[in-house]
Amino acid sequence: MADEMKIGAYICNGCGLGDRLDAGQLETTATRDGKAQICQQHDFLCSEAGVKMIQDDIDNEGVNRVVIAACSRRAKTDAFNFDNVSIHRANLREGVIWVRPDTDDMQETTQEMADDYIRMACAEAKYSKIPEKSGEQGINKNILIVGGGVAGMKAALEASKAGYPCTIVEKSGALGGATAQLYKKIPTKAPYTDPEDNGVDEMIAAVEADSNITVHLNSTTTKIAGAPGRFAADISAESGSTKTKDFGAIVQASGFTPYDANKLPEFAYGKNKDVVTQMELEALAKEANGGAIKRPSDGKEVSSVLFIQCAGQRSKKEGHLEHCSGYCCSASIKQAMYFKDQNPAIDTTVLYTDMRTPGAGGENFYRSGQQKGVIFTKGIASEVVDGASPTVKFKDLILDEDIDLEVDMVVLATGMVPNSGQPTRSELTDQENEDKESEKAGEEVEIRVDVESILNLDYRQGKDVPHMANGFADSHFICFPYETQRTGIYTAGPTRRPMDSYQAMEDAVGAAMRAISEAENAGLGRAAHPRVGDLSFPTFRKEGCTQCKRCTVECPFGAINEDEKGYPIYNESRCRRCGTCMGACPVRVISFENYSVDTVGQQIKAVDIPDEFDEKPRFLVLACENDAYPALDMAAQNRLEYSAFTRIVPVRCLGSTSLSWITDSLNSGFDGIILMGCPSGDNYQCHFVKGSLMAQERMSKVGDTLESLNLEKERVQTFEISITDIHRVPQIINEMAETIEQIGMSPFKF
Amino acid sequence: MSDMNTGMVEKYRNNFLKEVEANVEEGEWVKMCMQCGVCSGSCPLGPHWDHPPQELFMMIRAGKRDEVLESTSMWMCTSCYNCIVRCPRELPITHIMHGLAHYATRLGIEPKNQPTRKFSQLFWDNLAKNGRVNELKLGISLYFMNGFVEGIKTALGMAGIGMGMVKTKRMNPMEILGGHTVKDKKGFQAMIKKAQELEAARVDN
Amino acid sequence: MATKEYSFYPGCSSQEGASSSNYLKSVQTMCDVLDIKLNTIPDWNCCSASIGYCGGGELPRLALSARNIALSEQHNAGQDIVATCAACWLATKETQERLETDPDLMAETNQALSEAGLTLKNENKIRHMVEVLIEDFGYDELGKHVTKPLEGVKIAGYVGCQTNRPFGIEGESFENPKYLDKFIETMGAEPVENYDKKVSCCGGALAFSEPEKSQALIKDIIEAAYDGGADMIVTPCPVCQMNVEVYQDKINATYGTKFNIPVTYYSTLMSVAYGKSGKEAGLDGQIIPAKKLEEIAGK
Repeated sequence: MADEMKIGAYICNGCGLGDRLDAGQLETTATRDGKAQICQQHDFLCSEAGVKMIQDDIDNEGVNRVVIAACSRRAKTDAFNFDNVSIHRANLREGVIWVRPDTDDMQETTQEMADDYIRMACAEAKYSKIPEKSGEQGINKNILIVGGGVAGMKAALEASKAGYPCTIVEKSGALGGATAQLYKKIPTKAPYTDPEDNGVDEMIAAVEADSNITVHLNSTTTKIAGAPGRFAADISAESGSTKTKDFGAIVQASGFTPYDANKLPEFAYGKNKDVVTQMELEALAKEANGGAIKRPSDGKEVSSVLFIQCAGQRSKKEGHLEHCSGYCCSASIKQAMYFKDQNPAIDTTVLYTDMRTPGAGGENFYRSGQQKGVIFTKGIASEVVDGASPTVKFKDLILDEDIDLEVDMVVLATGMVPNSGQPTRSELTDQENEDKESEKAGEEVEIRVDVESILNLDYRQGKDVPHMANGFADSHFICFPYETQRTGIYTAGPTRRPMDSYQAMEDAVGAAMRAISEAENAGLGRAAHPRVGDLSFPTFRKEGCTQCKRCTVECPFGAINEDEKGYPIYNESRCRRCGTCMGACPVRVISFENYSVDTVGQQIKAVDIPDEFDEKPRFLVLACENDAYPALDMAAQNRLEYSAFTRIVPVRCLGSTSLSWITDSLNSGFDGIILMGCPSGDNYQCHFVKGSLMAQERMSKVGDTLESLNLEKERVQTFEISITDIHRVPQIINEMAETIEQIGMSPFKF
Repeated sequence: MSDMNTGMVEKYRNNFLKEVEANVEEGEWVKMCMQCGVCSGSCPLGPHWDHPPQELFMMIRAGKRDEVLESTSMWMCTSCYNCIVRCPRELPITHIMHGLAHYATRLGIEPKNQPTRKFSQLFWDNLAKNGRVNELKLGISLYFMNGFVEGIKTALGMAGIGMGMVKTKRMNPMEILGGHTVKDKKGFQAMIKKAQELEAARVDN
Repeated sequence: MATKEYSFYPGCSSQEGASSSNYLKSVQTMCDVLDIKLNTIPDWNCCSASIGYCGGGELPRLALSARNIALSEQHNAGQDIVATCAACWLATKETQERLETDPDLMAETNQALSEAGLTLKNENKIRHMVEVLIEDFGYDELGKHVTKPLEGVKIAGYVGCQTNRPFGIEGESFENPKYLDKFIETMGAEPVENYDKKVSCCGGALAFSEPEKSQALIKDIIEAAYDGGADMIVTPCPVCQMNVEVYQDKINATYGTKFNIPVTYYSTLMSVAYGKSGKEAGLDGQIIPAKKLEEIAGK
């Protein structure tokens, strides 16, 4: 779309800019250095009049690159919103006048800062193209829901109400999942004192009556290919037939499998028939249907029952679950009530180390249990001894005593194992990876055949959504709960973290909303999150590509496939536009229309570097737009000061940092370079999952390069910034300034 | 062990919690304790309890009848009500403690040498006689509650305070001859007797 | 200002010649000034405080307080019942609430009361004297009668347990009630800010049966007052007053301290501030003389 480029630069004098800066000088910089064809000033640029001034230029003067020299790009986005042009912001307010003192002796360096930012914005404008959607997409409103439990059904019902047809694919022969197996469920309404009807039948009836929802029972997805807006799913029934359907987005509500209690031989499970799991007790309760619950061994009515909480859970022992499943304490209270409601004389004891009853009514439910006479004892069970009746050996932690208690029945509160499918390649250990690859060199490697895949994604990076802690599907739970590392696929319910049926249904509504949003955005060719509305997508210069596969492997979202020759295939709607691929590419052939090696590189080169005798160093800060740049803006809002020699360039993700930027800035004469990105690791906050981590790995190798150039390692430093580090970011910059004072200016200046 | 105590043990067959619910003042609250321990931590005499309130509640639930009722712990309560205002479950702990103490006495298994137990009984006997406390007689019975020799020692030890009280007219030596009394002593004592009967009917069954 | 009338429950310790008879004297003086008429409940009986439980049990103790309320209803109909003793107030108010919420106990109580020819309707409010002063008068009104402000006296306001818990004074917290400090200020004296042991127990009845344990608590209470720079301690409870006052020699002997701090009632303070003589204020009832108050009263 490279028509005639016309840059319009607009300088605002409001918010104190006119008082602190010489607008005339800024105009000169814009036209002479920045090559803006048109330059105007306004006292209040974001006002109706100011915006109209710009719009008039766009309409009548053909301006198609708009440089706004005013506040931060994060401010006044509603006002500075123009169609069919690219917009570039020179941050003179938060970036210059708010972080520098208003004294006469500081005037000169403040002006220099502002002038540089104008040059940088104009450079960016010059090398940007206005992104257009690829035209590949069309809107597909169909939503695929994998899993027909209450979460899946809820997602379907809600999406259908909103006007989006759904297809539920359920592995078993019936809808309802785990909740259908419950005699009653934990109460969801005030006063939260008694178990409620599980409500599954009504839900199933509603689903079956809804013409917008199609249900496939006894079926699984044997292959899902494509991308948001154009997922093609093969739905195969047990009987053998396969249908292929297209979907705009996917909700995975595949639920959980109860922990295998056979892994707890110390509790006589399997040996003594009267030691049962919570799920097995539900079946007994359903059989009794309000009457006395009977022991499996001899049919005797149960007169005493003990619940062992955290059975095989919250434990680092081999084969146990490390996590807390969140619902089992409330479930045991409920099940104790099954006994007490039928006959208050039944002795019911709950053996716990901590009672956890999440949810608004949790504490009320706990109290109600106590009110009904359920005894709660803080203790740890070591063994259940087999006999005519099971005997529980436990240590009472309040009384500091060892107790043997014979009861008619023991119920083990075991936990949830998520149905999250196969882990991805990167989650296997290096040795496992090696073993698999050497086993079948050159062939498609089967990963972890002992775990069945849920989705069977036709993605190079793995058949299911990646996992995080304890085998649960990863979701960026800090910012984006239902998101997974696969764009367009949303998890709901125990697949992504332990939860009860009420929470799972709430989750399902959230996931359905996200699915709808993604389907719509994909249809428009836009990114959904976190770069909402971004039309740009990566392309590559095939002639320069060396098929090194680094972009394919490093993409956090598995958005890139490969063709037979090893060239990358970009699935635009799977892409989150982070640019990690761009940063990974050693030959710099990947770019976005409005974000490329040049748009940043040229900004760096546009900075005016004074020679060494002026004693004015220059520091480059590459700040990720998600946490670091907002932190810098907020530091400015608090009027915290940092060095006047700082030049900040926002990047989409630190993972998109090309090493050429480091080289270019060092060659230009920058004295120090700071990279700021979101925290990485197990508790990552990087909004693109791995970008920050990638950048740090790459930068760790920069140290060697610096040494070979006879430059000090301290000149390039990488930091992890949280959005709340408002006081830390100016400190980091100022410390760099001090370091440079000590080690001296860059020898690369002219 | 009194007859009533044997009776209780047979009937409840180790289900002590139910016994406490039926017979101890505010006993139905014991099952609501969530074992947080704030009561034990807030008690001014906390360190002197063999088993602080939290533990007592657990012991009741664990069926430890003898240990609870024969304990000196609940006799440590000064009725400061700190536990009651801080308990997140709003248990009337002070009253449960007094209730356990009284119940143990009813059964005859209370710790006989516990001084507060003795004093509490003396206090009641003193006020029940005339409807009002005779402070002089109460003081004397307090000093001598451990025997004559002890009594002389204690009285001599408290002589200074005693004299101070007499001088400031806050103790009246004449009380030894009678002291304050309600006029309707007959009605008063009949009322108390009736109340005790009604209570026994409920508890001792 | 019209006379305010209340049905009065003095309690055993405020009887003539009893351990808090000086409290009663100062209350009477204070009521004179404030134009309060106290109608003593005829033939009132002991409430058994908080120590009567061993022999008392549940129903007999409830009956004790019920009798007082019934007598008040009979003879001082329509009047709020006011007690000056914290334990009396607590026992009576607890009884009222208990019987309000438990109809079975109420029925049994009336059965017992009928033996004494009485019936309980349980309709009147049960209040402590400090509640009456704060709610029916207010600090400003109380301050109006001050003729001899207690200048130069620093006082630790020892609220104690039972005026504060479990009922407390309306609007005050359980952990740091300020009303006694406000009384002190209103009378022109300086309260100790953040008095550490303001609501700590003195041992109550256990001062009699477990003297060492109780004296350990009392020692801390007095020490904290000294730490706050107090000249004296003021309290609204008879047991608190006695416990903190009379054992100071014994505590000094045990702990090597040199305590000698006077402890008075709020009504004593007020009587002196209202210009009354030492005798009228009950200052002659002090075992440790409140010298500063005596000076001001003597002026």
